Amino acid sequence: MITIEFLGPIQKAAITMEAVSLRDVAEVLKQDDELVQWIDNCAVALNDTLVASLDIPLKDGDKISLLPPVCGG
Amino acid sequence: MLELYEGALNVPEIITRWYAEEADYNYGAYIPFIGTVRAEDGIEGLSFDVYEPILSSWFDTWQAKAEALGAKLKMAHSRGDVLVHESSYIAAVFSPKRRVALEMIEQFVEDFKASAPIWKYDLKDGQRLYAADRSTAIQGAGILGGKS
Repeated sequence: MITIEFLGPIQKAAITMEAVSLRDVAEVLKQDDELVQWIDNCAVALNDTLVASLDIPLKDGDKISLLPPVCGG
Repeated sequence: MLELYEGALNVPEIITRWYAEEADYNYGAYIPFIGTVRAEDGIEGLSFDVYEPILSSWFDTWQAKAEALGAKLKMAHSRGDVLVHESSYIAAVFSPKRRVALEMIEQFVEDFKASAPIWKYDLKDGQRLYAADRSTAIQGAGILGGKS
C-alpha cells in the first residue's frame, strides 16, 4: 500500500492505493476529476525527493506527494 | 540555518541575531534580503503553506553550494497569515568578500521563488485565495500527465 498526499492549494485528502510503479499512480490520478487542473503542472516527490520519471518501482509504505506551482517570499 | 515561524517575521530580532551569530567568523560581507508584503489589489495580507521536508533538503543543497565558496546562507520564512507591511521572508548570505555574497543572494532568491515548496494565498474579503497567476511550476512538473 502506498499513500498519495496533495500539497498546498490542492484541496484533497490523502489517498492510499496499491501500485507497483509511479506509472500506475499516474493512470489512476489522471482519471480523478478533482485533479484535472493539477495533473499537468504538479511536480512529484517520492518519499520527499522530487522525481523526474514515472518508471520508478514502488514498495509498500512509499509516500508520493504532488506539489503544485509554488510562490514563496 | 532554516527558520520557520507562524505569522509575520520579527525582522529586527532575526537580522540582529544572525549578525551576532556570525560576528566571530571573519566574514567581510553580510547581505540580507527582506521580503515585505505590499498593499496591492486590495489585499489585507498574504498567507503561506510550507512543506518543510522538501524545503529543508532544497536549503541543504544550497548551503552546500555556499560552503564550497566559503560562504553561509540563512533563511527565515512565515507560515500562515502575514499582513500588509509585515515581512514574510528573509534570506541572507555571509561571505569572506562581497562578490560571492552579491552573486549568491540573487541566485538563491531566484531559485527560491522557482523551486521552494511554499504556496502563497491572497487574503482578500475574508477569503484565502491561491495566487495561481504568480506561481511557478517546479522544474520537472507535469510528468503525471505525460510530460518528461
